Amino acid sequence: MTRTRIPLGRIAAWAVVVVAVAATIFPFYWMVRTALTPAADVYSDSTSLLPEHPTMINFLRVLGLTSQQEARVAGGSGAKVDFLRYLLNSFVYCGLITVLQTLFCAMAGYAFARLRFPGRDLVFGVLVAALMVPPIFTLLPNFVLVKNLGWLNTFAGMVAPSVLMTPFAVFFLRQFFLSIPQEIEEAATLDGVGGWGMFWRVVLPMSRGPLLTIGLTTGVWAWKDFLWPLLTGRAEETRVLTVALGIFQQQSPNAQPDWTGLMAGSTLTVLPVLVLLVFLGRRLVESLNFTGIK
Amino acid sequence: MGASKAPARPRRRDDRTVAWLFLAPALVGFGLFYLYPTGLGIYYSLTDYGMLSAPNLVGAENYRDLVGDDKFWNALEVTGYYVVLNIVSQTVLALALATLMHRLTQSVVVRAMLLVPWLVPNVTVGLLWMWMLDANLGFVNHVLGALGMRPTGFLTSPSWAMPTVAGINTWAYAGYTALLLYAGMLQIPRYLYESAALDGAGEWRMFTRITLPLLRPILALVLVVSLIGSFQIFDTIAVTTKGGPVGATRVIYFYIYEQAFTNFRMGYASAIAVVLAVVLGALTAVQMRLLRASRSDLA
Repeated sequence: MTRTRIPLGRIAAWAVVVVAVAATIFPFYWMVRTALTPAADVYSDSTSLLPEHPTMINFLRVLGLTSQQEARVAGGSGAKVDFLRYLLNSFVYCGLITVLQTLFCAMAGYAFARLRFPGRDLVFGVLVAALMVPPIFTLLPNFVLVKNLGWLNTFAGMVAPSVLMTPFAVFFLRQFFLSIPQEIEEAATLDGVGGWGMFWRVVLPMSRGPLLTIGLTTGVWAWKDFLWPLLTGRAEETRVLTVALGIFQQQSPNAQPDWTGLMAGSTLTVLPVLVLLVFLGRRLVESLNFTGIK
Repeated sequence: MGASKAPARPRRRDDRTVAWLFLAPALVGFGLFYLYPTGLGIYYSLTDYGMLSAPNLVGAENYRDLVGDDKFWNALEVTGYYVVLNIVSQTVLALALATLMHRLTQSVVVRAMLLVPWLVPNVTVGLLWMWMLDANLGFVNHVLGALGMRPTGFLTSPSWAMPTVAGINTWAYAGYTALLLYAGMLQIPRYLYESAALDGAGEWRMFTRITLPLLRPILALVLVVSLIGSFQIFDTIAVTTKGGPVGATRVIYFYIYEQAFTNFRMGYASAIAVVLAVVLGALTAVQMRLLRASRSDLA
């Protein structure tokens, strides 16, 4: 029998998994390690796994918690950086899009799945056809529109194109509403519940799972979004983290980039994601299947 | 039980007032930010719009210019090169990881860790690897140096830049893709593997005879979705190489961006976007067909 053989194959397979996980996590470790290194040490101390003189100064200076003078001494380029504000802006941007888009798309999905009205299938068909239009195509005219409305560098202009709907979310939620049994809604109808009450008090509470899935997908997408907020929300007041990092990098001298500051800023874009993973990791990982593709 | 329902049937329900109220926000959003700009984008592509002046119709001039524009063809070529490098490496790696997870461990922790790069903005991913690959101080070059190799400017050498960007994005998306494939593999009945093991089949045989054939619809779907995403690479390049060195990474998306927002040639940029839209539209149509096919397969 081959049972007693040392399972070489399994050991090799585990080794591959361990290497893959290590290769995935190590760059993040190196990012944090660099962020905790004093800028003056970047040249002398660039290989040890732990910083020789760990410091929080890079976080403090990118968060705008030190004076300009202190920031420059610690390796900053002298340009003003206020990642605390950008972090809040990112939360506002992400929060507005996630909550409102999910709500409006659930309303639309519900109407397409359950309500009867003339033109329903036609309207839905047109909406789904829009899935074929790539974002860059509508991005150019949308930028002109937002600019002409005078909405550049306002949250209104930044969230406008995505806050009301995306065809994918409407499609996804309609499919879900179609799949849940109608008996509960029929019983509620007999109790005199209808319209908004039916949607808000009966249908939504039954749909926590898919709403969370679509909300998470939308939230992650908004968190990562770069080009649109770069075009429409460059100003300090509306600058989100991704845009701030891009601008911070440009301001940093090419020959001698402010790596410790950049890595501190980068760490700030990763931390909220880790918090999300800790609290919703299982949910997030398990909701990812082929219907969750965006 | 049918008695209480039956009388209601003949009068067909019509909820048009409620329905339009429920649809109002989504339809306004759709009309203003999808339908209208789609029409407008096509119109711009037929004009000399430059953002500072009003658009004048110029017919097919932008498209004629495109045909003779070397940078446009170069952008297409560079994009194609990137897509092939990225899709092949990403899919092979993801398939391997998914298979290993499927056959070895159901651990949520492993899966969650593989997902981290996908959850992080591409801007962060780009910066992270710029630092890791820095020619003088980057960790990777320290390792190469220790192995006796010369330090390489991965993102500054014209021949290395594109493969490096493709590798960076493979790193960022392989875990996510693996999880999608893994979810597909979970749908394959366990007993198939058990009976194959009883018949003495090895893991490689099970992979080629069970996993691969039964995963095919989902694999095809994931492939098309990755392909569509891959064509739209922008953030990583905007951060790391900015289209350089000497156009080696000036992909189509970046070229559109340059034309529209650096050269203010909105009309010309729109024409390029139309071409890209046609390609991606076709791919999405394929995706929708596959989506339907994979659904009925698993039902």
